Amino acid sequence: MNQFQYVRPSKPQAAIEAVTKDANATFIAGGTNLVDLMKRGIATPQKLVDINRLPLNKIEKENNGLRIGALALNSAVADDKLVRQKQPLLALALNAGASAQLRNMATVGGNMLQRTRCSYFYDLAMPCNKREPGTGCGALEGINRMHAIFGFSDKCIAVHPSDMSVALVALDATVLVSGPKGERRIPFADFHRLPGDTPEKDTNLEKGELITAVDIPDGPFTKHVHYQKVRERASYAFALLSVAAALDIENNTIKAARLAMGGVAHKPWRLTAAEQVLVGKPATEATFRQAAEVAMQGAKAFKHNAYKLKLGPNTIVQALRTAAAAA
Amino acid sequence: MSSETDKPAGHDESRRTFLKQSSLLTAFTIVPGPVLQAATYELDEKVAAAFEKVSLKLEVNGVKHKLSVEPRTTLLDLLRENLNLTGTKKGCDYGQCGACTVHVDGQRVNSCLSFAVMHEGKKITTIEGLAEGGKLHPMQEAFVKHDGFQCGYCTPGQIMSAVACVREGHAGSETEIREFMSGNICRCGAYSNIVAAIQEVKNGGQKV
Repeated sequence: MNQFQYVRPSKPQAAIEAVTKDANATFIAGGTNLVDLMKRGIATPQKLVDINRLPLNKIEKENNGLRIGALALNSAVADDKLVRQKQPLLALALNAGASAQLRNMATVGGNMLQRTRCSYFYDLAMPCNKREPGTGCGALEGINRMHAIFGFSDKCIAVHPSDMSVALVALDATVLVSGPKGERRIPFADFHRLPGDTPEKDTNLEKGELITAVDIPDGPFTKHVHYQKVRERASYAFALLSVAAALDIENNTIKAARLAMGGVAHKPWRLTAAEQVLVGKPATEATFRQAAEVAMQGAKAFKHNAYKLKLGPNTIVQALRTAAAAA
Repeated sequence: MSSETDKPAGHDESRRTFLKQSSLLTAFTIVPGPVLQAATYELDEKVAAAFEKVSLKLEVNGVKHKLSVEPRTTLLDLLRENLNLTGTKKGCDYGQCGACTVHVDGQRVNSCLSFAVMHEGKKITTIEGLAEGGKLHPMQEAFVKHDGFQCGYCTPGQIMSAVACVREGHAGSETEIREFMSGNICRCGAYSNIVAAIQEVKNGGQKV
């Protein structure tokens, strides 16, 4: 691993300044992804700004919603009483990700900032526009069974690996950010980017901007929720595809619905058109199948991931069916 | 490094020392010329230049340590190479196998994926710190009784994870145990016996 300078500020402003002023500086929180990338030589920061001692790990009620500090651990959020009561979908998604050990290290902010697990991004011998802009995309004509079916470009077909983010985009979360130019709020759906011509940029964060918290508005999705993750072993693997489903059902009629997919795009993929199909209809298999059909419109497969075109709608139906039946 | 393989077996300590010395030599030859400037802005706490060792206070298995480490030293390497606590194993070194699981302030973590300096002032417990007064921890006894291992390489990580699993309240059923132990891979496939060991400890009601 390359050597680096290490600083540990105790105030957010000092941390922001440290990263803003140094082109090769980066924040480190849980480190579960960054240390991995540094060991492999994929990330080579010359300065690490350790933000773990900043006071940003509270989970509290705030303005008709929940505010979760950026440094709250994934395990702490998943086990939190308020979260389980108000936003059980988030707890389900968190517990579907990584392992108990990693969730004890990984933070909410860091989870959103995970890099892709595309094997070409990880393989220094292969071209990758995300790792090294301009070198090409190894996955495009390569082994692309894990890759995107929505929103990709000819520069990058990688997917975002976070489970938590799939739940957060479905729940209309907002990311609170503090940076050299002050504070701003970013709707979760606008936080991650599609690859376009600049796949090296995963998110719309500017240099030196620090995620301080995530706000989730209270909603009716306290009971009929499910996170369905399909992977190659029963646990502790990244998603081939996942679905976050949340329903508000009264007298078997769907009053409100939220639906998002993971493992299909460069960002967590919210399915608003499919949600509209669900609202006002009876919570039946036929309704779910119809929503799934709408959700998959515009999907396009590559050589090795055509299975996702079938797995996608089936997983949506299964997630909705399980959510509807949840007591 | 070729001479290393010629060394007779059973010389663990000298092999370790040799590796340490040789990696130190490599480090010196790689170090580039320019030394990073000290930070000009105010940083309230710790600042360490890239090639400088940082002072670090840690408590490991109840013993307080004052150490001096490079910022890039992982907690795993610190335990194994600096403190000679080789019970904690290096499996994949990328957070994929769980062999390096230790407790930091009571929480199980992958020690390979965090830098030691980030744990300043914390209490670390490794497999060596689990037994009390020469008596095995109930989880260790249960692993022996249920044959929760074959080759034994993943066992320290499994046991540290298993203890945490029970303490966290995530050992309520076989399904839950399997889910919350999924971060520890056992290539010998001792899983069913590991689950049995954890269930016995959970149901036995001993202090874990």
